Amino acid sequence: MKSLSINGKNFSIEAQNEMPLLWAIRDIIGLTGTKFGCGLSQCGACSVLINGNLMKSCSIPISYVEGKEIFTIEGSSKNLEFLREAWHQGNVPQCGFCQSGQLIAATALLDKIEKPTNEDIDNAMSGNICRCGTYTRIKKAIHKAVELKMNDND
Amino acid sequence: MIMTKIQNLSRRNFVKVFGLATGGIILGCNVSGDKKEFVPSSSDKNSFSPNLFVNINKNGKITLIASRSEMGQGIRTSLASAIADELEADWDYISVEQAVGHEKYGNQNTDGSRSVRTMLEPMRKMGATVKMMLISAASKRWGISSNECVAENHYIRNTKNNEKIFFGDLVEEASKVKIPDTENIKLKEIKDFKYIGKNLKSIDLKDFTNGTAIYGMDKKIPNMKFAAIARCPVTFGSVKSINKSDAKNIKGVDKIIQIDRLVPPTGKFFGMLGGVAVIANNTWAAFQGKLNLDIKWDLGDNKSYNTDSYNQKIKKRLQKNGKLVPGSRGNVATAFKESKDIIEATYHVPHLVHAPMEVPNATAWFKGDSCEVWAPVQDPQTVRSEIAHFFNLALENVTVNVTFLGGGFGRKSKSDFVVEAVALSKEINGPVQVVWTREDDIKHSFYHSTSTQYLKGSLDKEGQVSGWLHRAAFPSIVSSFKPLSDYASGFELGQGFINNPYQIENFRFENAKAEAYVRIGWMRSVIHIHSGFGINSFVDELAAKANKDPLEFHLELLGIDRVIQGKSEHPFNSKRLKNVLKIAAKKSGWGKKLPEGHGLGLAIHYSFYSYVATIVEVSAKNKKIKIENIWTAIDCGLVLNKDNVKNQLEGAAVFGMSIALFGKITAKDGAIEQGNFDDYLMTRMKDTPNIDITIIDNMETAPSGVGEPGVPVIAPAICNAIFSATGQRVRTLPLIDLGLI
Repeated sequence: MKSLSINGKNFSIEAQNEMPLLWAIRDIIGLTGTKFGCGLSQCGACSVLINGNLMKSCSIPISYVEGKEIFTIEGSSKNLEFLREAWHQGNVPQCGFCQSGQLIAATALLDKIEKPTNEDIDNAMSGNICRCGTYTRIKKAIHKAVELKMNDND
Repeated sequence: MIMTKIQNLSRRNFVKVFGLATGGIILGCNVSGDKKEFVPSSSDKNSFSPNLFVNINKNGKITLIASRSEMGQGIRTSLASAIADELEADWDYISVEQAVGHEKYGNQNTDGSRSVRTMLEPMRKMGATVKMMLISAASKRWGISSNECVAENHYIRNTKNNEKIFFGDLVEEASKVKIPDTENIKLKEIKDFKYIGKNLKSIDLKDFTNGTAIYGMDKKIPNMKFAAIARCPVTFGSVKSINKSDAKNIKGVDKIIQIDRLVPPTGKFFGMLGGVAVIANNTWAAFQGKLNLDIKWDLGDNKSYNTDSYNQKIKKRLQKNGKLVPGSRGNVATAFKESKDIIEATYHVPHLVHAPMEVPNATAWFKGDSCEVWAPVQDPQTVRSEIAHFFNLALENVTVNVTFLGGGFGRKSKSDFVVEAVALSKEINGPVQVVWTREDDIKHSFYHSTSTQYLKGSLDKEGQVSGWLHRAAFPSIVSSFKPLSDYASGFELGQGFINNPYQIENFRFENAKAEAYVRIGWMRSVIHIHSGFGINSFVDELAAKANKDPLEFHLELLGIDRVIQGKSEHPFNSKRLKNVLKIAAKKSGWGKKLPEGHGLGLAIHYSFYSYVATIVEVSAKNKKIKIENIWTAIDCGLVLNKDNVKNQLEGAAVFGMSIALFGKITAKDGAIEQGNFDDYLMTRMKDTPNIDITIIDNMETAPSGVGEPGVPVIAPAICNAIFSATGQRVRTLPLIDLGLI
């Protein structure tokens, strides 16, 4: 039995050490918001935070995450909620499939840089592919989330 | 347009047919295929075949059944908004449920950028009918004439005393009202639209941002197995022998099953490739099992396919006359003889693959004499018929549930991955989910055809185009349905080749033979990608030869304003094409002085009855190209949801960039060489420029396509901009192969 802490909840699962976290989350625990896109850390659809760091869950074995805090799209954080609101205001998604990963990557960015520049955003978000091509909206929405957050602090 | 009958379904029947708990008014109508007309409904309630339903609950909640698949084009929102507008509904009360695959919904095939084009009017009529029934119910209650009632934001108002009744409170009375006759249905005037033509947000936003939207792979059934399939590297090869021992040793692997190719009957369906399936307790174990299979393949006839030598062969073929295609006119030979200048060019676009973010996948449960599937499919009725055909089931015993599609782009209009799931479920006698790896997706697709085009054009003394010879060769999509279809079909040549929009007196189009060695399918914009690239690039070359500004040259070549009726309800109007070009050019500041190393390029294209122009600005530095700006203008007639159209066009620019910059699928000894996003590259955020979209206000004209028309212009506009910036002509895609990226 292995114990995983996801979004503050503990899950005991039966799985091999080398199983990538993605499949443990999706097939065993049943949280399907984290997506499979490539299996090679190329597309970012499976992005999660592990102890606050952005990682591709398709390439992280569960042995690595035992005892660490895993955060997925099913979770909630201050930055993620501002981003969600900004995503809604900007009507960002098309098919929506990559957006879990996009939001998680954006959360990791705002967790580290309070007010990212366009270049910061390009650097932080270019590991996430959106085949529908919503990049310009994602970029705008990240700036918007920063604005929402600043107004909220007023 | 004839609507003969809209039928009020009884609650019982509705529940029976659709399994929805409901109450109140439920309306169905029938739409025959793509014809925007209602056809009589059967009086036999059990076989009543409606296309679309409006259900108003007593609590005021309105549920719409969406018959078209949602793959990012926003159709669930668009269809709902058309009904809500005519119904005068409050958007907050609207929700959408996805239809299963069934012919009672009319044509559900979500392709060809036609959902809004074919369904807007039926949807509006559905909304208008319900509104009339609610008004009728209210007028009876008040004892006044219907003319004295108006519907406003989910209420009916008595205009005499301003008393109001909530929609939900009228449900019981309205359900007893006679359905109005077709000729009495009155649609709103454009100026009164509340949602149509405005900016509505996706109705599924929360599910998309919370991770709760259910795509194919998210379907879970208790005790469901997971499957991965090893397929022959060469299309249509077969298994010679398997050593299963290593795969069987993988923890979680349950069974290893060989499945044979299912060959579709000529002219329809897709069949499946066959191979060796690993059945496991989770997706990862299935993937691992598959990697550990030791399979000897009989590679079959397609092992000779090498795209390099194939392309050379086709290029050579294009040096000779091809098959003359109807639509050619005048005499190019004379025009060439009498010309001042002649130029020739050959353009090439490689095979491409859709690579939607969600790989092909399907969940199936075969239960002997019935079968249920859950899958992200664009064409659920074909899936249903195909399952019935291959597994010898009665059609009514096959249920196809359509999930969200994590992108489709044409890949998910093929049912092969669903057929695989059914075949395996039948074998293991239980539910199973087949998931393709990304490598499977890239190596075993229905590829976008590769094309080579030879163009020869002449200019007269005034620098006007006097003759145009166009020879194109590309493996036909028809080859996937009918073996030995080595020439292009009429529908393919009608995608921008033979209906070239320019006014050229001497025009000759020839088609050369091109055999298919892989499965060919349609990908977003289909053959327009080829015609748009070849024609726009060549016009730019002609303009340069004539020493004229490309913008002026294009406008001149489009000729006098003219309307070509054709067979369609959407005649081609050259003025609309000129208009989008002028507007995009103005937006881009065409003619302005650009920074050193920058260049502008333009392209126009008419597809899916929409008119698109794009101007691209590139910069060149150290022999590398950067896309700086994209300005696109579209005239798609009536716009149903402005922000959604904008989003589609922004996405089309990014999709088109992927084609221009990176897209290339190659085969060596019959096997596809690319396998994942590390060698089949995609446009990423860092590559993405400013994208500016202009939507022409043309609400009086019938709506035309939106999802696809923005794509074909991007690659030629980029290449023409590169010429403008550097003097280098790009005639072969992608740019990365030329070292420009």
